[in-house]
Amino acid sequence: MSIKIFVSKDSTALSLGADQVAEVIAKEAQARKLDIQIVRNSSRGLFWLETLVEVETVRGRIGFGPINPNDVNSLFDADFIKGGKHPLALGLVSEIDWLKKQERLTFARMGITEPTSIDQYIEHDGFQGLKNALNLNPQAIVQTVTDSGLRGRGGAAFPTGIKWKTVLDTKATQKYIVCNADEGDSGTYSDRMIMEGDPFVLIEGMIIAGLAVGASQGYIYLRSEYPHALKTLNEAIEKAKSAGYLGDDILKSGHAFHLEVRRAAGAYICGEETSLLESLEGKRGLVRFKPPLPAIEGLFGKPTAVNNVISLATIPIILAKGAKYYQDFGMGRSRGTLPIQLAGNLKRTGLVEKAFGVTLRELLYDFGGGSLSGKPIKAVQVGGPLGAYLPESQFDTPLDYEKFSEIWAILGHGGIVAFDETVNMAKMARYAFDFCAIESCGKCTPCRVGSTRGVEVMDHIIAGKDVEKHATLIRDLSDTMFNGSLCALGGMTPYPVLSALNHFPKDFGVDVKETKA
Amino acid sequence: MEDLVLNPQDYKIINRHILQYQSMPGALLPLLHAIQDDLGFVPEIAYPLISSALSLSVAEVHGVVTFYHHFRSHKPGRHILQVCRAESCQAMGSEMLELHIKEHLNIDFHETTSDGAITLEPIYCLGNCACSPAVMIDEEVYGRVDNKKIDQLISDLKRAS
Repeated sequence: MSIKIFVSKDSTALSLGADQVAEVIAKEAQARKLDIQIVRNSSRGLFWLETLVEVETVRGRIGFGPINPNDVNSLFDADFIKGGKHPLALGLVSEIDWLKKQERLTFARMGITEPTSIDQYIEHDGFQGLKNALNLNPQAIVQTVTDSGLRGRGGAAFPTGIKWKTVLDTKATQKYIVCNADEGDSGTYSDRMIMEGDPFVLIEGMIIAGLAVGASQGYIYLRSEYPHALKTLNEAIEKAKSAGYLGDDILKSGHAFHLEVRRAAGAYICGEETSLLESLEGKRGLVRFKPPLPAIEGLFGKPTAVNNVISLATIPIILAKGAKYYQDFGMGRSRGTLPIQLAGNLKRTGLVEKAFGVTLRELLYDFGGGSLSGKPIKAVQVGGPLGAYLPESQFDTPLDYEKFSEIWAILGHGGIVAFDETVNMAKMARYAFDFCAIESCGKCTPCRVGSTRGVEVMDHIIAGKDVEKHATLIRDLSDTMFNGSLCALGGMTPYPVLSALNHFPKDFGVDVKETKA
Repeated sequence: MEDLVLNPQDYKIINRHILQYQSMPGALLPLLHAIQDDLGFVPEIAYPLISSALSLSVAEVHGVVTFYHHFRSHKPGRHILQVCRAESCQAMGSEMLELHIKEHLNIDFHETTSDGAITLEPIYCLGNCACSPAVMIDEEVYGRVDNKKIDQLISDLKRAS
């Protein structure tokens, strides 16, 4: 029997040459007349070890990494397919500390299964949640999700069950499930990993959502920057259709659910749910006034549940194992786990799924291994481009929605970007305004005009012109944007700006006391 | 100079996509994507065709094409090189990389090299933040890109085209 060798086809692995590694392994095995089978699986999210090559043995999968195409020859020389000694050998992959210390619920299958194999998905507990959901009435499904304590993982942290209840309780002939897969936050890639690596878990979550609120049509609004995810999702949707999980009569239950992927077009603002809905309707992504809530009047004016990829991909395990199982993880009002994405200047970057409560310091040093450059970490931005910059003195904050809000920061979508001491925080504040100006939909004045004025004022500060006066102006402007913007883009740009100013006044050339917008 | 009329081949492609998409709810974005996938851009002279098929005004079509960073109304170079400018890549030196690329190609963002080989575009996050800095070339992502690596990629592109 041929020996199975696993090489990921996740796009980060591909970005480091996984295709070439797989190709060279195949060639070399052929030249050496060895009977192997290369499996292109999802990624474990151990990106610091990609390209990670795994070999199936009786003890489990053993790993080698990070492997470059040039290393392959030496792997064969060391007889790696029989577990031979090699400097890049990692032993049993499941025993790697970095992975072992995680609590993988949403990412349980990641790195193990082939992304578009429905058989492997089922073999690894897939569609158990759906089977249970089909035996429950909509109210009971919604109650289970509410009891689990799941809050929107896109960033807003609104309780998913409560959103669903609103959609369920709104009477309409047509309702929709919309998956927000416009993962635009810098430092985040968990949605991409799910869509490329375990697409059926998202599909299952959306089917359950449809059953829960009475929606027969779902859309995945996918960012255009993710071409591999698009291909994988479409392939998985076709397979789910053929296997009877999607269509007019899912698993002969009498319920219908149809699913379609729609490509976004590179506008960050379309990650805001009402702007996303406008975009799905074929319009410019202008933010809508709320109310009405999308749950009552959403896509094409119909009740719509808009949920993030991770929220929806977490539904299956909640329905499979019960609300209590999920609820038992976490701290305070932050229940369950958060897929945290380590990014930027860190030694060991990748996906860490942990129960809420883990501290930033543990993530940055125990998991992240400190900065890649070896210089001290000066600041970390948590929660994407609208998240606050945190200084070393706040690294002991546990990951918890409320604890972060106490220090005027956000968890957002769980992205953590580390910067070493070479970063200039005044420049990062300028960038925050600049990004807001580039991405503003233009509907409200504080965001549209404020962002551009912010860039101009920051330019004065960076040039050292009337710094104190201009810093006051930045605070004033941030106050207007914070309180007067229509949505989070303008409203939260003050987070990176003011946190940079408050925690790193030296970079601005000012000596200021900490204040908030 | 831009063409003043659609060439027959492009006209045929656009019409085929219109027929495929026009009855779909919220058809405009999928239609624009299909056109750009085939032609590399959405020609301005096609706006009247698109707008009448979807019962929109030309201004609405223009508004949508120009609102989204992904859509282009002008023909790009044979390859698209997108450089990530977001925070994670900045933390790993993307600013220097960006300068190097601009100097190397002798163009700014949204411009095309004089030989028509490469159009340079900024992009804000490719989801490759675990291996910053990142660039995308014709829908393939490259991670941990330094000056040496980008020079190699660029020379491969120039040779290919």
